[in-house]
Amino acid sequence: MNASEQCRAFMTIVRKEIKRYLRIWPQTLLPSAITMSLYFVIFGSLIGSRIGEMGGFSYMEFVVPGLIMMAIVTNSYSNVVSSFFGSKFNHSVEELLVSPTPNYVILLGYVVGGVTRGLFVAIVVTLVSLFFTRLHIHNFFIVIVIVLMTSTLFALAGFINAVFANSFDDISIIPTFVLTPLIYLGGVFYSMDLLPDFWAGVSKLNPLVYVVNAFRYGVLGVSDVNLLFSFGMIGLFTAAAFAFSMHLLNSGKRLRQ
Amino acid sequence: MIPALTIKNLSKVYDNGFEALKGISLTVEQGDFYALLGPNGAGKSTTIGIVCSLVSKTDGQVQVFDADIDEDFPAAKKYIGIVPQEFNFNMFETAFDIVVNQGGYYGMPVKLARQRAEKYLKELGLWDKRAVATRTLSGGMKRRLMIARALVHQPKLLILDEPTAGVDIEMRRSMWDFLQKINAEGTTIILTTHYLEEAEALCRHIGIINHGEIVEDTSIRELLRRLQREVFILDSVEDLPEDLSLPGFVARRIDAHSMEVEVEKGQHINQVFAALDAQGIHVSSMRNRANRLEEMFVSLVEGAA
Repeated sequence: MNASEQCRAFMTIVRKEIKRYLRIWPQTLLPSAITMSLYFVIFGSLIGSRIGEMGGFSYMEFVVPGLIMMAIVTNSYSNVVSSFFGSKFNHSVEELLVSPTPNYVILLGYVVGGVTRGLFVAIVVTLVSLFFTRLHIHNFFIVIVIVLMTSTLFALAGFINAVFANSFDDISIIPTFVLTPLIYLGGVFYSMDLLPDFWAGVSKLNPLVYVVNAFRYGVLGVSDVNLLFSFGMIGLFTAAAFAFSMHLLNSGKRLRQ
Repeated sequence: MIPALTIKNLSKVYDNGFEALKGISLTVEQGDFYALLGPNGAGKSTTIGIVCSLVSKTDGQVQVFDADIDEDFPAAKKYIGIVPQEFNFNMFETAFDIVVNQGGYYGMPVKLARQRAEKYLKELGLWDKRAVATRTLSGGMKRRLMIARALVHQPKLLILDEPTAGVDIEMRRSMWDFLQKINAEGTTIILTTHYLEEAEALCRHIGIINHGEIVEDTSIRELLRRLQREVFILDSVEDLPEDLSLPGFVARRIDAHSMEVEVEKGQHINQVFAALDAQGIHVSSMRNRANRLEEMFVSLVEGAA
């Protein structure tokens, strides 16, 4: 396939993915808006008003970037894991496997599909947050870059999960038992300064710490970890996830017999 | 002229140790209508799976027109359209989207993919159903949808894995007509089927695979020429005698108006009519007891077992 044919194949996958999650928007877009609204009300307004300041900001201001990032992470991940596993389950992935579309185009198509859903939900959640607090963007460029990098990383993670999954149970195990704890322990609701040294050290193994703090820096201008180090770690995790995803596609493991 | 498909010493051993293909070789010429037959588990779908990249081969060589799958699989894939045995599309998508998207996966511009989708959905009688979720289509419609999807990039080689399984007779006949039409237009077709009547009606060449080995690869005409014996059932106008006998033939009275006659290679059916005529018996109708190809298939498969 030449470059323009590859581009058309890529756009076909992305269009199909966007159409898919828009078609089932009550399952894909609405839950995040509702869940995040509840977080804003309960943690931000009710409990947050009693907590006072954190990191020099009101608790509501402090948690908003983390909650937006939480929506991006869960949506970019769950879009790819459910869509790709679904195509494995109903064998429609064979439509792509028998075509001349290169493996990297297949991967990028699904990942960008997940990224667009992450962005879509991020915009919705950001708009909802404006009902609860005023949002000042400290560095718009950092916000955009970190959103794109994060949604790419977790879309790739969703792809890996989908390749290994054998049942619909398998695609909910990782989000429930791995992703959610990592998000909650990633500094969405608290500053790393509150943790004892040991647990602060352990937290540095959690990629969500870098994601949440880099995004918080973009929005509020404060971060618990060095910004460049955050970008480096996210880039490293993304590169590793991309390389592993390509290995899975090229080897055909769990996709071809 | 370069063959449409060349398979040399192709073998496949699955992870569980099952040897599905034991070094098979076969050639399908351009423009041919080729039947690949074999009992369940013989290796037909494995062979097709390797050719279209859904199964990884263990050893051997596969060439589609001028493209070797080890050297340039994308080029080989462009030549192939595949209609699998099982439904393999998203049942929540519409027929139109499925065909258009498949065109996109082959790098086609959206406008062209839409035009082709319209053309093939119309030709296959699915245009009225283009906008409904495919889960609501009947089994025959789903099979025709997979044919439309396989044709959207206008492949030079169309591979159909049991395309008429579970399809009613009328629908099967219309699918036969469609396949014969696109074959006449130059598309090489490889077909696997359990309906031997289908292979006899459509195909010019036949490969029989059993236990992962090719046990026959020849023209259908040549295969039928080798048939040693045919059994006919004749219906008579007059009552047949209880002690029916036809000199030179093995004949058996079934009931008062029908009989079974074996005609060996070298004998002629006219001789049967002449012998009956001499006894004052007139034949009102006649048919084969079993499909001729079916008899040959059973003897080949049992012989190889």
